[in-house]
Amino acid sequence: MDQDHKKLKESPFPCEGLEKVLSFIDSHKDRSSASLVCKDWYDAERWTRSKLFIGNCYSVSPEIVARRFPKIKSVRLKGKPRFSDFNLLPQDWGANVHAWLVMFAKVYPSLEELRLKRMTVSDESLDLLARSFPGFKALSLSSCDGFTDEGLKAIATHCRTLTELDIADSVTVDIGGGWLSCFPEGFASLEILNFASLQCEVSFDALERLVSRCRALRVLKVNESINLEQLQRLLVQVPHLTGLGTGSFMQELTPRQYEGVQSAFSNCKNLQVLSGLWDATSLYLPLVYGACASLTFLNLSEADLRSGELAKFLPHCTSLRRLWVIDTVGDKGLEAVGLSCPLLEELRVFPIDPYDLDNRQGVTEVGFLAVSRGCPNLNYVLYFCRKMTNDAVATIVQNCPDFTHFRLCIMNPGEPDHLTNEPMDEAFGAVSKTCTKLRRLSVSGLLTDMAFEYIGKFAKNLETLSVAFAGSSDRGMQCVLEGCPKLRKLEIRDCLFGNAALLSGLDKYETMRSLWMSACNLTIKGCRLLAKEMPRLNVEVIQDEWSDETHANKVYVYRSLAGPRQDAPPFVLTLGGEDI
Amino acid sequence: MDCDLNLKATELRLGLPGTTDAISPPKNNKRSSPDSDSAPPPPKAQIVGWPPVRSYRKNNLAEAESGSFVKVSMDGAPYLRKIDLKVYNCYLELLEGLEKMFKLTIGEYSEREGYKGSEYAPAYEDKDGDLMLVGDVPWEMFKSSCKRLRIMKASDARGLGCAV
Repeated sequence: MDQDHKKLKESPFPCEGLEKVLSFIDSHKDRSSASLVCKDWYDAERWTRSKLFIGNCYSVSPEIVARRFPKIKSVRLKGKPRFSDFNLLPQDWGANVHAWLVMFAKVYPSLEELRLKRMTVSDESLDLLARSFPGFKALSLSSCDGFTDEGLKAIATHCRTLTELDIADSVTVDIGGGWLSCFPEGFASLEILNFASLQCEVSFDALERLVSRCRALRVLKVNESINLEQLQRLLVQVPHLTGLGTGSFMQELTPRQYEGVQSAFSNCKNLQVLSGLWDATSLYLPLVYGACASLTFLNLSEADLRSGELAKFLPHCTSLRRLWVIDTVGDKGLEAVGLSCPLLEELRVFPIDPYDLDNRQGVTEVGFLAVSRGCPNLNYVLYFCRKMTNDAVATIVQNCPDFTHFRLCIMNPGEPDHLTNEPMDEAFGAVSKTCTKLRRLSVSGLLTDMAFEYIGKFAKNLETLSVAFAGSSDRGMQCVLEGCPKLRKLEIRDCLFGNAALLSGLDKYETMRSLWMSACNLTIKGCRLLAKEMPRLNVEVIQDEWSDETHANKVYVYRSLAGPRQDAPPFVLTLGGEDI
Repeated sequence: MDCDLNLKATELRLGLPGTTDAISPPKNNKRSSPDSDSAPPPPKAQIVGWPPVRSYRKNNLAEAESGSFVKVSMDGAPYLRKIDLKVYNCYLELLEGLEKMFKLTIGEYSEREGYKGSEYAPAYEDKDGDLMLVGDVPWEMFKSSCKRLRIMKASDARGLGCAV
């Protein structure tokens, strides 16, 4: 035995060979596995990793990252818990990217890509970014905040090799549009430009000149300030676009202008993704028909179409795989989807009237059923409705058993099956049982512990679960924690789960990315107990107006190598298991 | 059909005992029709962050939350403006505001003939999605039902002024 061992040590696999092999591995999960084989592999892996993915910016520190990985070219970094999208996190909670950028500037001067989600990005940070990485190529800011056009100006001015600027759905109010004019006259490398969510007016002249210079431009998503006539002038420059986000459709066109715009769209033969379409009505929607033959993703979530308008539109989109609409299309519109989109894989239906101020009907189980009948490949759904039934959901998943993402939001909290008045437990039971590939689930409606028993029992591939206004006892949460081996993210709001439920997951939380619980029945004492038992978890309580000395209204628990946050604001209490 | 959430029976709570988290009222609390003269119904209490719709979907959300900002478009102009209806107390003030904002004149309103003597006429889209002439309904009703303003060429607005 010793002889063999000695032999192995004398003729190890040459590390250059190992590094070469590992350099082909992209997936960070695979790389993580490789790094655990032995020390040599760990070293080879860390020297060859060029793409970094950090799912929770507080799970690790810039210093730890810098020590381990010497050669990073691309970083994906995520910050705030998802419920911050819905204003559940106070301002200045954290997830500021600056400390990361300072480290990157020091250690990764060849950084080329930075993709941030739910992080706070200041103008100062954008300026630092723009000046620190001479070969920088791609910046993507998804659901970020904290910057103004000053920061964007720095990017436009200094990033000479920029190929991608994607502001995605980041919202900054009161932002000026001057940044677009800061791209130098010689700058021509842009391939992706998305500023659709920015509320600003850009200089159309500057935009037109930029587009005409950037011959490799393949994705262009403008904002609402660009009108149809201007859009035509842009399209004429770049008919080879694969992704287009239009501006506003609210413009009076003369017949001649109409023909011009229509012709420009018809020349776009390569379009796969279409979005924007603000204020598009039946009058001008047909303008885009000519561009839709190869469309795979149609995002109508800014155009409140009626059923008839959608029904007329869809037959032009024969290759459609992803469709986002507003519920003004109604069940009838969704019937048209079922008839016209046999290849559909993803459907998202957003509410025009989420607060029910106007008594709009929206969509019901009828529309969802119709889609499921016509679109057997459906694997991703996000569906906002006011009415649903258990039977319908059971039928839907029979028709479409391949769901990987099932997000159903019945908008009235605690709403039962509207025909039987029963809880919606059986619906989610059916989803859990039938959809064996299910990775993400959002539940809603009136739910007892039964729903969670089903989820714990059947949803063995579940990674992300979102729960609101549900459950009848601690047992519900416990079932999920004990039953779902692959659970990574659990976010819960307004449920009566308490300390017992929280503590039932003691062994679980280190295997997860994070747990969020707000407006539940947790106390500071219970959270302290968790912190004491599990020192490698950060157990954070966010103090707000609903908290007091005992009630922990917002609790965020996550594993971390970096210990308690150094940058926590005064209203974030990191519990350290001190005196209970 | 039960008209409340039947919370006690199912032992669900939407918040701590003793606290008064804002919750939405029972679902049969429909708004009174806009044609009635009764006072506008109380605004529905809203739960923070529910439904979970992204706040950048400002098209729908900002208007719902603030309730009084409306987009204003002018035929032929390349971009929209936004105004806060709360700021005005009557049609006269609104029209003066629009005239200033778009640098144009809007003619005299009459019930029978709509807007006379000007190139432009103000119209609006109401809750039902119909295009209406500004001035036809009482001011308070207009404020609560106006979703969007549109300054049209007077020639296009002719059909809107006809009393039914």
